[in-house]
Amino acid sequence: MGEPARNTKEKLISVGLIVLFSLVSLTALFPVISLVVASFSPSTDLMRFGLTAELFFSGFVMENFQALFSAESGAYWRWYMNSLIISGILIVLSLFFSSMVGYALALYEFKGKRFIFLLVLLILMIPFEILMLPLYTLMINLRLVDSYFGVMLPLIVAPIAVFFFRQYCLGLPKELMESGRVDGCTEFGIFTRIMAPLMLPSFAAMAILQGLQSWNNFLWPLLVLRSNDMFTLPVGLATLLTPYGNNYEILFSGSVMAIIPIIVLFLFFQRFFIAGLTSGGVKG
Amino acid sequence: MEKTWEETRSVQKRSFLSKLMYSKKLAPYVFVSPFILSFLVLTLYPFISAINMSFQRVLPGQTEYIGLANYDRVFNPVFFTALQNTTVYVIWTVVILTLVPMVFAVFLNHRLIRFTNFFRASIFIPALTSVIVAGTIFRMIFGESDAAFANQVLQVFGMEPIEWRYSAGTAMFLMVALACWRWMGVNVLYYLAALQNVSHDLYEAADIDGANAWQKFRHVTFPAIKPIFIFLSTITTINGFRMFEESFVFFETTSPGNIGLTIVGYIYTEGIQRNDMGFGAAIGIVLLLIILVVSVIQLYLTGAFKKGEE
Repeated sequence: MGEPARNTKEKLISVGLIVLFSLVSLTALFPVISLVVASFSPSTDLMRFGLTAELFFSGFVMENFQALFSAESGAYWRWYMNSLIISGILIVLSLFFSSMVGYALALYEFKGKRFIFLLVLLILMIPFEILMLPLYTLMINLRLVDSYFGVMLPLIVAPIAVFFFRQYCLGLPKELMESGRVDGCTEFGIFTRIMAPLMLPSFAAMAILQGLQSWNNFLWPLLVLRSNDMFTLPVGLATLLTPYGNNYEILFSGSVMAIIPIIVLFLFFQRFFIAGLTSGGVKG
Repeated sequence: MEKTWEETRSVQKRSFLSKLMYSKKLAPYVFVSPFILSFLVLTLYPFISAINMSFQRVLPGQTEYIGLANYDRVFNPVFFTALQNTTVYVIWTVVILTLVPMVFAVFLNHRLIRFTNFFRASIFIPALTSVIVAGTIFRMIFGESDAAFANQVLQVFGMEPIEWRYSAGTAMFLMVALACWRWMGVNVLYYLAALQNVSHDLYEAADIDGANAWQKFRHVTFPAIKPIFIFLSTITTINGFRMFEESFVFFETTSPGNIGLTIVGYIYTEGIQRNDMGFGAAIGIVLLLIILVVSVIQLYLTGAFKKGEE
């Protein structure tokens, strides 16, 4: 890649590819840029006319961000905090449990191991949407409706993460576990002190996958959360999308605030983002 | 006396615990126990419960078995509209999201391209957005007014402006476009990862044999990325049948003539909004069967069942 062109034909190919991908990149980035532009445009015009060329090239209006940081938009920051708390706790819990399971499936010999791995693959195949009505009833019975825990519960042991950790652990040296045993480590100690540090890249990838999924998760929180105070960001922002709303300023500036931190994180940790989001294709 | 007993007990307890902690045999079971627990409570139980529910009329405080009555009701015109919308959506997303990224990845892997890192990063960024945020801005770009961006582009090419969200074809276009925009970059990276396994020697050998570009793709490149092709087409199909958010962000749960209704949307309106859980569960079971049949057919067609040929 990136070899210099040797003749005119190759030069043409090289230029052609760059033009093509410049257009593709522009298409990919255009909506994101538009969102930023929209957040600096008068929101009532946006809702009435959509994003117009005029708005695109007219000056900056700060009213959306002023509204976002004013006292009336307490609800938005409440959603932001809910999303942060839920994603944060979920990352910690799901990484802890999923890595333990994946680790055991990869590095121990025990009865039922193949069966359990089969179950992991099976759960990967069953769409969540089919289970959601009984799960919702279960949450009502457990009195977990409208709670953080209710949103998190179905995602705590993520089969995709278990699968990913298992594949990753298959490549770790088993001998280290033996030497840990000789040194008198407990099995749990071997996991946390010797093996887990070797799994750091996989932890990073899965933290990003789980974090992003719960940050952007919509359907399940929509079911479980009832009061405005408990909404996560996507659920809360969706309530602002109605044609009869009066909070459009917050819709646009709030949407920007919801994705910009993620994009900044992406620019710093690109490798782990890519590993996390393409983890489904790890060879079995 | 009592104290000694307590001491022995605590020693016993500790020894059981330490046995557990030091046992190579027991440890894996402790490690996988969270998964077993979550499987039983959060997958197996809801699954059985969904099947059970689909034969019931579920009312607050009283449920009664009504045999196949829910399934009788499933196959109604609204369901078929939802099924049709979902199927069309699946076909479009599968075709676009497996083939276009393949072409892009092959090009991005070309030895003459430059700025690969920038291109890769920028086409990946849409995957970071939520459907709600992305859909919001799509609604602004594809606004109904003549002045909205997409309509202005149409007018530049001498076409009439469109009310995107109000006719079946363009509504489907919006949903497919949103999904493809968000997933394109991820799928490109799947293919790119697979392409890294193709050795350059193979291309040189093909060059010596006088193979043209298409032959090189057909016999060298494609075999290497075929597993990813099968994987992506399966995943995209399943995700397509599960689609809900892309429709919700444009139409919430009501669209003119149900042009935005999907199967999961139907489960949501019937099961949650109308509180008809039994009926919702029955739609879910039908959906599961559809996904199962389609996936098997697809894996058969793509040759995933035939191993080691070619």
